[in-house]
Amino acid sequence: MSFQNTPMQQEVRELARRFAQKELLPFVEQDERDERFRPELIGRLGELGLTGVPVPEEYGGAGMGYQEYIAVIEELAAVNTGYAISVAVTGLAQMCLTLFGSEEQKRKYIPRLASGQGIGAFALSEASSGSDAGSLRTTARLDGDHYVVNGTKLWITQGDLAETIILMARTGGPGPKGVSAFILEKGTPGFRTGKREKKMGWNTSHTYELVFENARIPAANLIGKEGDGFKVALRALDNGRITIGAAALGISRAALEVAVNHAKEREQFGKPISEFQGVSFMLADMATQLDAARLMVQRAAALKDEKLPFSTEAAMAKVFATDSAMKITTDAVQILGGSGYTQDFPVERYMREAKVMQIVEGTNQIQRLVIGRALTQK
Amino acid sequence: MWFFSDEDRMLQQSVRQMAKADLAPRIEALDHEEGFNREAFRKMGELGLLGIIVPEADGGSGLGAVAATIAMEEMGAVDASTTLSYLAHLILCVNQIAKNGSSEQKSRYLPRLISGEWLGGMGMSEPEAGSDALGMKTRAVLKGDHYVLNGTKTWITNGPVGDVFYCYAKTGEGRKDVSTFIVDRGMKGFSTGKKFSKMGMRASPTGELVFDQCEVPVANRVGAEGASVSMLMRNLDLERVTIAGISLGVARAAIETATRYAKERKQFGKPIGAFQQIQERLAEASAWYEACRALTYSAAKMWDEGLLAGREASMSAARAKLQSAQMATQVCLDAIQILGGYGYTREFPVERYMRDAKLMEIGAGTNEVLRIIIAKQMLGEAADAGKPF
Ligand SMILES: Cc1cc2nc3c(=O)[nH]c(=O)nc-3n(C[C@H](O)[C@H](O)[C@H](O)COP(=O)(O)OP(=O)(O)OC[C@H]3O[C@@H](n4cnc5c(N)ncnc54)[C@H](O)[C@@H]3O)c2cc1C
Ligand SMILES: Cc1cc2nc3c(=O)[nH]c(=O)nc-3n(C[C@H](O)[C@H](O)[C@H](O)COP(=O)(O)OP(=O)(O)OC[C@H]3O[C@@H](n4cnc5c(N)ncnc54)[C@H](O)[C@@H]3O)c2cc1C
Repeated sequence: MSFQNTPMQQEVRELARRFAQKELLPFVEQDERDERFRPELIGRLGELGLTGVPVPEEYGGAGMGYQEYIAVIEELAAVNTGYAISVAVTGLAQMCLTLFGSEEQKRKYIPRLASGQGIGAFALSEASSGSDAGSLRTTARLDGDHYVVNGTKLWITQGDLAETIILMARTGGPGPKGVSAFILEKGTPGFRTGKREKKMGWNTSHTYELVFENARIPAANLIGKEGDGFKVALRALDNGRITIGAAALGISRAALEVAVNHAKEREQFGKPISEFQGVSFMLADMATQLDAARLMVQRAAALKDEKLPFSTEAAMAKVFATDSAMKITTDAVQILGGSGYTQDFPVERYMREAKVMQIVEGTNQIQRLVIGRALTQK
Repeated sequence: MWFFSDEDRMLQQSVRQMAKADLAPRIEALDHEEGFNREAFRKMGELGLLGIIVPEADGGSGLGAVAATIAMEEMGAVDASTTLSYLAHLILCVNQIAKNGSSEQKSRYLPRLISGEWLGGMGMSEPEAGSDALGMKTRAVLKGDHYVLNGTKTWITNGPVGDVFYCYAKTGEGRKDVSTFIVDRGMKGFSTGKKFSKMGMRASPTGELVFDQCEVPVANRVGAEGASVSMLMRNLDLERVTIAGISLGVARAAIETATRYAKERKQFGKPIGAFQQIQERLAEASAWYEACRALTYSAAKMWDEGLLAGREASMSAARAKLQSAQMATQVCLDAIQILGGYGYTREFPVERYMRDAKLMEIGAGTNEVLRIIIAKQMLGEAADAGKPF
């Protein structure tokens, strides 16, 4: 692993950064308050080749690696996590298809997602099954050449906007082995979006309930074979963890930048507050944690790019990067004092955004479970 | 606490009931809309809560810091925003007038503040002077029978909605040349400026106070000219003890919600409370909360008994406030984590608890400032080599 970005990595990073500054920054605060996402911007990202970074070129992607992909996610997250998460979740759908889809499915569904013409979603969680996703209750029953789906999914990121949704539903008996994965198209009869979640933060990102009442999905849209669903979901999430880690780097970096600038400019007791150890040590710890998190996320991405096992490393990177993001953003609010608590500055938003990263794509408790098991069950 | 008197316990019960009836039903909406529960103050007035630490001779209930902290904890467990506004009214305004005001000032202001007809606040912080409060720039110049005030106070709790403000201004060149003025809404040259949108405490309006050639009668100066620093500092100590009560309340509510949830929510076929990672968070939360509770109420009790004076009192108040604030933030973050995806949504109150709790590490002395106060007391001159104060 090199500590230098390759010219290619540098280039996509710059591209994403310029996009974020120009297209995302002007609306971020207002859109957060209005809970508004602008789907057309995903189209713009697609034109720049940033919506299918790690997808093979033959399916319309950029054919690059995860190291380029995480640079894009980080840059978007540093300005508006809603779009970083959107790209990452569409990426999750693409990943399921790339890894497990049939050639036909890949050709039919990936290109539109990779080009930003369509948005993807990933529907696993339900009201009674979050961490314990293997116990999900939504059912899919084969009826001729269709599956008939009944049940409700909860907390589905951009479930309302997505044209292609990877849906996990039960075709067999209880437990993970009874779960299958499907490609669900927007507009499928019997499928609709339910309530939208009101959240503490991440409000540009839409979070929806999905409701299935005898929804009919063509049998051809089964991914792999019946019973593969849980494996599909877990493999996709292994990859997803790296992107959540990258998004955490983005907000951490943004928070640190605001805090450093403020500490240099804000004077109390006749000097910049950065001259007080109470402040400068906090900054030092924030920077140290951010760097360590960055190295871990990059390592997980590099292992993946080199086709080496990366699952445990991805879990470690996700826990550390998101726990660090929580601490770094909280301290950034602290360093800005009363200003940090107001919405005149972005750090309180970063703090609200960091919290969810400790919860999604496997809570940090579940990551620890995974890491612990890997250590002791080898 | 074991040493609560019967009277304390009765108070606890009645505040708990009031909070349930008058605060709980409205707080979700008010938090969202950045509104204000003005009506609750009239209710508090009826219950005697708005003058709880004011001597009976001045129309108050004649209780002390323990009682005030109980009120903060009980209300704070339901609605930290209104509790913060209550604190600004009671501790920062009413109590200061009762402690330091002349008998004319007391009779003019206290009855209506204690009944809840008027709402009070306190103006100390300025855009350039937060932690360094004595670096304030608002000036008051004597002109005949009134002072002319110029300057801006910022982040003032109840600023947008208050009627009476207990304000500090410089009357000389030195850092300690601070005087106090009671400023009424409607006085010439006084206005309340910008209102802030905030992360939390959103149902406690925060805003600016603007003095533009503001004319305040000499009769509204509190105490002698230039003699306010010690009154200011002493009140900050009381504020810190009692505001720790808000941290306790918020934390208790978060712990209760998370505990109930951990018993009910099942994953992998068992209550999530069966997992040691959840047990660890809850156990730490409960231990830290109880430690802070003991620390805070014993500081309040010693305050009431007069067992602590001067710097000792400052130190014990600072310790209670510092720990309770950090505890509340962490416990609320953990409560969200325990509730998982639900905790992040507004269906459950823990996300609000967390947004509210973070203020506790900033207002009434930041963590960093409190550490300096404690360390200075421990280290004496050795700590002053850095000389921040
Ligand atoms: C904004 C947002 C967006 C989301 N987007 C999506 C999406 O696009 N698609 C999707 O499918 N889901 C999505 N989710 C759901 C998310 O993946 C779940 O919230 C998450 O998996 C946790 O599940 P839960 O909320 O049911 O918590 P629970 O599983 O009920 O967990 C509650 C608590 O128990 C702990 N716990 C659970 N099991 C164990 C254990 N064995 N050992 C120790 N501790 C344990 C958890 O760590 C947590 O602290 C989203 C959630 C949010 C908030
Ligand atoms: C919701 C809310 C309500 C408020 N209500 C009131 C009110 O009613 N009346 C009122 O007068 N004020 C009020 N305040 C203001 C509050 O008291 C100040 O915000 C607080 O004192 C911190 O000041 P500051 O924001 O200027 O931060 P700063 O003083 O600029 O501090 C910035 C950072 O530097 C650190 N720092 C500063 N000095 C040192 C040092 N010497 N050593 C180490 N670190 C240091 C701080 O800890 C902080 O982390 C309120 C604030 C808020 C947010």
